[in-house]
Amino acid sequence: MTEVLAGLVAPFADIASSPRFFAEVLIGGVAAGLMYSLVALGFVLIFKASGVFNFAQGVMVLFAALTLVGLIERGIPVAVALALTVLVMVLLAFAIERIVLRPLVNQEYIILFMATIGLNFFLEGFGEMVWGANVKRLDVGIPDTSFKVAGVLVNRLELTAAVTAAVLVTALAVFFQKTRIGRALRAVADDHEAALSIGIPLRTIWTVVWSVAGLVAIVAGIMWGAKSGVQFSLSLIALKALPVLILGGFTSVPGAIAGGLIIGVGEKIAEVYWGPLVGGAIENWFAYVLALAFLLFRPQGLFGERIIERV
Amino acid sequence: MIYREAGQFKTSYAADQAIFPILQDRMLVTLGILAAFVVPPLVANEYWLQAVLIPLTIYALAALGLNLLTGYAGQLSLGTGGFMAVGAYAAFKLATAFPWLNILVVFGLAGLMAAMVGILFGIPSLRIKGFYLAVATLAAQFFLVWLFNKVPWFVNYASSGTITAPPRTMLGVMVTGPQATAPVRYVVALGVLALFALVAKNLVRGRMGRSWMAIRDRDIAAEIIGVRPLRTKLLAFAISSFYCGVAGAELVFLYLGSAETLAFDITLSFLVLFMVIIGGLGSILGSLLGAAFIVLIPIFLTNAPHHLGLALPVALQKQIELMVFGALIIFFLIVEPHGLARLWQIGKEKLRLWPFPH
Amino acid sequence: MSGATPGPLLEVDGVSVRFGALLALQQVSLTVQPGEVLAIIGPNGAGKTTLLNVISGFYHPYQGRIRFAGRDRTWLRPPDVAALGIARTFQNVALFRGMSVLDNIMTGRLLRMRGNVLLDALWWGPARRQELEHRAFVERIIDFLEIQAIRKTPAGRLPYGLQKRVELARALAAEPQLLLLDEPMAGMNVEEKEDMCRFILDVNDEFDTTIALIEHDMGVVMDISDRVIVLDYGRKIADGTPEQVRKDQAVLDAYLGVAHD
Repeated sequence: MTEVLAGLVAPFADIASSPRFFAEVLIGGVAAGLMYSLVALGFVLIFKASGVFNFAQGVMVLFAALTLVGLIERGIPVAVALALTVLVMVLLAFAIERIVLRPLVNQEYIILFMATIGLNFFLEGFGEMVWGANVKRLDVGIPDTSFKVAGVLVNRLELTAAVTAAVLVTALAVFFQKTRIGRALRAVADDHEAALSIGIPLRTIWTVVWSVAGLVAIVAGIMWGAKSGVQFSLSLIALKALPVLILGGFTSVPGAIAGGLIIGVGEKIAEVYWGPLVGGAIENWFAYVLALAFLLFRPQGLFGERIIERV
Repeated sequence: MIYREAGQFKTSYAADQAIFPILQDRMLVTLGILAAFVVPPLVANEYWLQAVLIPLTIYALAALGLNLLTGYAGQLSLGTGGFMAVGAYAAFKLATAFPWLNILVVFGLAGLMAAMVGILFGIPSLRIKGFYLAVATLAAQFFLVWLFNKVPWFVNYASSGTITAPPRTMLGVMVTGPQATAPVRYVVALGVLALFALVAKNLVRGRMGRSWMAIRDRDIAAEIIGVRPLRTKLLAFAISSFYCGVAGAELVFLYLGSAETLAFDITLSFLVLFMVIIGGLGSILGSLLGAAFIVLIPIFLTNAPHHLGLALPVALQKQIELMVFGALIIFFLIVEPHGLARLWQIGKEKLRLWPFPH
Repeated sequence: MSGATPGPLLEVDGVSVRFGALLALQQVSLTVQPGEVLAIIGPNGAGKTTLLNVISGFYHPYQGRIRFAGRDRTWLRPPDVAALGIARTFQNVALFRGMSVLDNIMTGRLLRMRGNVLLDALWWGPARRQELEHRAFVERIIDFLEIQAIRKTPAGRLPYGLQKRVELARALAAEPQLLLLDEPMAGMNVEEKEDMCRFILDVNDEFDTTIALIEHDMGVVMDISDRVIVLDYGRKIADGTPEQVRKDQAVLDAYLGVAHD
């Protein structure tokens, strides 16, 4: 018993004895966390505006990255390929609104959720059929190398990803608060019928929001793809956005960021310091179990609106 | 004019509450079940039994289990693969530790083990619903698979990390292990399925099923008539996981022969969920139809191009399979959320009126 | 306490409920006598539904007590309240939409069903017997409320008026001592209202069920209730026979919108 305790406590001593290494682990966690946040952002956008829990967001990330890489591989200049990818994601948003969402409007949320699971499978098969299933390298021109700040190693790619994520989040926040369409989106999120009655076109809003989620997916896809290659496991990593959402709350943009950071940092620290005790690979489930524990105490998430049940 | 209920008046509530109130249905079903036991072992070749019928019966059992939880009690679970893994590993440990134990008893105990794990991961369902719960069940999926992968005790310290079904006999016939023939394994799996399908039907048409559906349809109203949510949901988790556990044990013992944790990953969870959606949420028959559908599609996709003289690469087949599954899910949710079972019912209504249009 | 001293069936004693800063109920006291039909009326937002929700255990008061049949019941959860013999219907009809009418009503019998999972699984012996007994009881209620023809219809496909009737049937199936009805006639036409009034009075008569109901239609209230309680802004402002309440100045003020001081 004392041995087990000692084993659990020893990592704390490791942390204290080597603060620099700890800082590096921390930074790695933040970088991974921001990636999760990027995927989670797509979920939050769609959930806020349409109440749909889009399980396919992870595959949208994969699909966007596959499209981009596929186009570049066929010799199209990067800028043009990027523009085409944006076009593809917007077309996809139109198609999803028309084929999946419109016939299912007013269905129970659980039905819509399962429909996005179907979408998830379809897109995965479709993307791989068009672009091939082998692992592809995505070169965005930023070297995957590190430099030292105050004796701590910082990865250039991760830094770029962090900055991009921060810019994107700020832009989205401004978009929601300041623009007309942003305000319309928030109105729809609050009350569908009320928004309809004052003349906000619901279908347009849905298309817009799925398009924006598609753009966020492109950014996330580029970042993930540059780091670990474009392959199927991207969509599995994206599944981790789910616990992120539970921590952050389904309706909160800052929540998605904070949740992503908590999960990213938490699982890195757990893996590096406590993982060896139980044979490693606890990254696979740590996020979910953390979310599960969290759900029991604060079901609405850190920043989500309190769920009040009306009787 | 053959399929008619005219003249069959029900004179007691017992008759009205029978599973198949119409005489023709009863005869047909009895014949069907008998045929399912007798015909394939005599007629079907090794390929059909091993590639189609055995997995079909086993998946159908898992789909039944998930349908009880998701279709009847309304609790969405993405942890089916994890619960099936519990059954498989528990059965392996039990069968190897107590070689004298009858293999059916082993399956039953493995199911009980899965039920206990199911209860544990069902506890959050008291406070959370819908996709929140779905995420919680993902925790079960990933944690359980990791656990069986990491702890060597579960595989009896085998260096390969796989579990292998030990040879066991029942009534002097080899049921599991390399020497067990496909027809025998099929009959055992079908027997288990038939028994559990009957049990599921009995549960959902009585006290238990009504409590589950009440919680599913309107939890507040359910509480006000005295349904205790925690007890009811946990029982749904327990019984559902029991089914999945037995199915998981069968998957290794009667179908695969040996398996790693990879066999129980999240893909399996989705596959079983698809069976339930396509077959029909909240339908016993639907679970069986859905399982048949999902097992047969890949077979069809493999063979159809071959007969047309086309040769599709394996990877492309896999991708088309994914697309077809995805598209079918969306199609069924939009057109017929009650799945194949509902289509079957509509067909029967039509037949009952035939040849008159109304 | 015994049946010899016929005290009130339900006593609400100085109950206050708040949601954040909003005081939904303030020091509300009332009694429900065995066998009576009590109407609770008041303008929108007066706290009527909140009062029913407190009685059925969805909310708990931060002040005050609730006694049922002489025992303190302040802190019970809804299923426990149901077990005591209190049933209710909801303002916006809370039927189990995916289940048949028959199954909906059968859920009202759940509290009276016993047995274990194993016997249920085999549909054998006591499990089968009790199923049939309860079915017979439910059929009596179906006859009583004249809904034989829709027995096997899924509840979600029924028109609104019939849904309200099925919900009443479900509550009745529990054989409650006290029946709480939240606007049982909302959204009905005159004919349906007349039917519903007849059913409520018949239930009170034949099953000897005590009834407390919320209703907006004053004509209905005056016709069927023995006693009327008026709520306004979370307070009780009147309590008496329909005639007394009709003439009460505070009630007239509340409905005609005289300023509060």
